[in-house]
Amino acid sequence: MLEVKNVAKSFNLKNLDKGKFSVIRDACFNVNSGECVALIGNSGCGKSTLMRMIYGNYVCAEGEIYIDKENILDLKAIEMSILRKQKMGYVSQFLRVLPRVSTIDLVMEPLLDQFESRARAKDIAETLLSRLNLSSQLWHLSPLTFSGGEQQRVNIAIGFSKDYKLLLLDEPTASLDRENKKIVMDMISEKKEKGSAILGIFHDKEVRDKVCDREIDVSNFSAS
Amino acid sequence: MEQILKAKAINKKFGDVYACNNLSIELYTGEVVGIVGESGSGKSTLLNCLSGSLVPDGGNITYLDRDNNWLDLLSLPEPRKRNLLRTEWAFVHQNPRDGLRMAVSAGGNIGERLMAIGYRNYSQIRAEATEWIEKVEIDAIRLDDKPSIFSGGMQQRLQIAKNLITKPRLIFMDEPTGGLDVSVQARLLDLIRSLVRELGLSVIIVTHDLAVARFMANRLIVMKNGKIVETGLTDQVLDDPQHSYTQLLVSSILKV
Amino acid sequence: MSNSEEDFNFAYLDEQTKRMIRRALIKAICIPGYQVPFASREMPMPYGWGTGGVQVTAACLQETDVLKVIDQGSDDTTNAVSIRKFFERVTGVKTTENTGKASVIQTRHRIPEQVLSEDQILVYQVPIPEPLRFLEPRETETRVMHALEEYGLMHVKLYEDISINGEISTAYAYPVKVNDRYIMDPSPTPKFDNPKMNFCSAIQLFGAGREQRIYAVPPYTKVISLDFEDYPFEASRAEKTCEICGATNTYLDEVVIDDKGTRMFSCSDSDYCNSQKS
Ligand SMILES: Nc1ncnc2c1ncn2[C@@H]1O[C@H](COP(=O)(O)OP(=O)(O)OP(=O)(O)O)[C@@H](O)[C@H]1O
Ligand SMILES: Nc1ncnc2c1ncn2[C@@H]1O[C@H](COP(=O)(O)OP(=O)(O)OP(=O)(O)O)[C@@H](O)[C@H]1O
Ligand SMILES: [Mg+2]
Ligand SMILES: [Mg+2]
Ligand SMILES: [Zn+2]
Repeated sequence: MLEVKNVAKSFNLKNLDKGKFSVIRDACFNVNSGECVALIGNSGCGKSTLMRMIYGNYVCAEGEIYIDKENILDLKAIEMSILRKQKMGYVSQFLRVLPRVSTIDLVMEPLLDQFESRARAKDIAETLLSRLNLSSQLWHLSPLTFSGGEQQRVNIAIGFSKDYKLLLLDEPTASLDRENKKIVMDMISEKKEKGSAILGIFHDKEVRDKVCDREIDVSNFSAS
Repeated sequence: MEQILKAKAINKKFGDVYACNNLSIELYTGEVVGIVGESGSGKSTLLNCLSGSLVPDGGNITYLDRDNNWLDLLSLPEPRKRNLLRTEWAFVHQNPRDGLRMAVSAGGNIGERLMAIGYRNYSQIRAEATEWIEKVEIDAIRLDDKPSIFSGGMQQRLQIAKNLITKPRLIFMDEPTGGLDVSVQARLLDLIRSLVRELGLSVIIVTHDLAVARFMANRLIVMKNGKIVETGLTDQVLDDPQHSYTQLLVSSILKV
Repeated sequence: MSNSEEDFNFAYLDEQTKRMIRRALIKAICIPGYQVPFASREMPMPYGWGTGGVQVTAACLQETDVLKVIDQGSDDTTNAVSIRKFFERVTGVKTTENTGKASVIQTRHRIPEQVLSEDQILVYQVPIPEPLRFLEPRETETRVMHALEEYGLMHVKLYEDISINGEISTAYAYPVKVNDRYIMDPSPTPKFDNPKMNFCSAIQLFGAGREQRIYAVPPYTKVISLDFEDYPFEASRAEKTCEICGATNTYLDEVVIDDKGTRMFSCSDSDYCNSQKS
């Protein structure tokens, strides 16, 4: 499903002296459908950077990244935005949403983008939020004032609302308690069974042992 | 996914100032493109050229109309152009006074486009105006009030209702949330976003507020001195900017 | 300085000016309802006293004409009298109060009740010729709107009327569409008179002096009052009877007849009222 070939990344901060530095070189790996693969490595080695390149959030100037046999580096921005909507979910470490929009609307949004009916989108969103133990009193509030754990669960609900072919998870369980962590692990397992390819970053070894089939050490691709 | 608007090599000079220097952009159906850049970089000039309110010195602009004909906008006869502006297009101005008739009631403002395209049944016009004023979250009892006594945010919402009632396909927005306070702005942006999705609109939105750009636009165009310095997916341009000017722009403001 | 009549050219204006106005009139007749610009001249009366109408009348009058001047339907208001006197002095044409006997009728605010005929010219005094100005003050823009037949705005005005008053409350200067093309301000006549313009046998000429515009409706031209399907145009009048002549189908004025404030309804068209009485 996902194939990363000889990917390299360097940042060039042009307004700083010696602003150019390399983070990753020669990254090669793949993730199959129905499989969950963990990216590991010490802090700063480039796990999130790699994941963001796959999502198209960071520019990838070298190498090839195939999603469904299509090299996303050849896609125009508009095509990439369509590919995201259709195939790729991304749960980032931090919640970044439009202020004042209610939690339920945020979770419904990707569904409505796919022309789901409002009623059905609402149904799916409510089921997910209940499952993640988010009190229904919070559904109609903007998540921007929520606690860290609550925000993370909103983020997860947004990323899990659809059955994406490829799911990218950047520390989805970092600030969750045991009970909620368990629920998220179950949700990951279910997505795997449904055939999603999952690429995740989990600091928590327990989570990795439970849901991940393989680990890829990103420090092996370290440029330094 | 098909294109709806294509502009090639747009040039516009004011005296010695190149407000638009060889700009090319294309817009796809159902997408929102943001144009950002510092004051004076040529954003409004570009928007005005695209929407036909300004004639560029050179270049080529084509638009795919409702009947699937590509129209050459620069040679389009004036009546057809004005007709497009009333039916298939909409322009939301930064200052609602430029888009509203302040001496006419909210209902009259919203209904104007309907009357312009031939609606002659008062009750029907009123019913549609009521529906739209509610859609933009203004209480329908305000329908007969003059917009001059509305708050800035209400005026802006009224302007949007007035523009969207004839279900346009292409919307130009120049700083639509410019003078509004932050929470009103967020509400309005959310409203625009849901209308865009509901009606499948294509939008070009000019803003100097990167937070607005992040939440509204699928793609971003960064302008400086009348030139496009960078374009790409909005979050890519903002999170991993490639051009030194964009990097400066992104780092010089609060993290959004 | 001599005061003898010979010092005036016939009808006050010089022949050049009359020719210029006639050219504008011919153009106006060719494009019914279209506002033709003309170089309005200073007249020996202030703007607002019908200088536009006076110039049009002056350009039309021949020595054989018979002139009638009315103001609000009446031949003997100060305004009507002074204009009539003016033309008596500068043309020597016959004047009359009898609508049927006049060949040229200059009017302010009314169309005579008596049906006009093919050999008559009705000249309206117009203060503001542009019907769209109320909502669109930019002249450049209103001209484009006329050119492109973008008339939605005119209905916005009627919409406002209904939303505020529950009905189209415009009672004067009620906008009309001429010959299915131009929207025209019929000058501040009551809307009761609007139907008289439709397929009228006489030539109708409109002169706006301060605004320097002339427009016209040729004989037998369609003139339709704008409205909504569910709020149709009504040529309304006070539902009363003329207390002088007993007419029930005329436009009435309400007048105070004594110092106790007693009121009475009577025909605004004084000539018509007199003719019914006798
Ligand atoms: N947008 C950016 N601009 C410049 N440098 C960046 C950017 N994003 C990441 N970096 C740099 O790239 C390197 C890798 O960062 P990244 O966030 O990928 O690390 P990580 O492996 O996810 O670490 P952690 O486990 O702490 O989250 C760091 O040195 C970081 O400073
Ligand atoms: N009508 C005009 N006459 C002369 N110069 C003009 C005119 N319109 C714009 N300019 C100049 O063209 C340049 C671009 O102006 P423009 O209004 O497009 O900028 P902008 O990016 O929209 O800025 P802002 O964010 O301040 O609205 C500026 O230098 C401006 O002074
Ligand atoms: Mg990280
Ligand atoms: Mg601007
Ligand atoms: Zn009478």
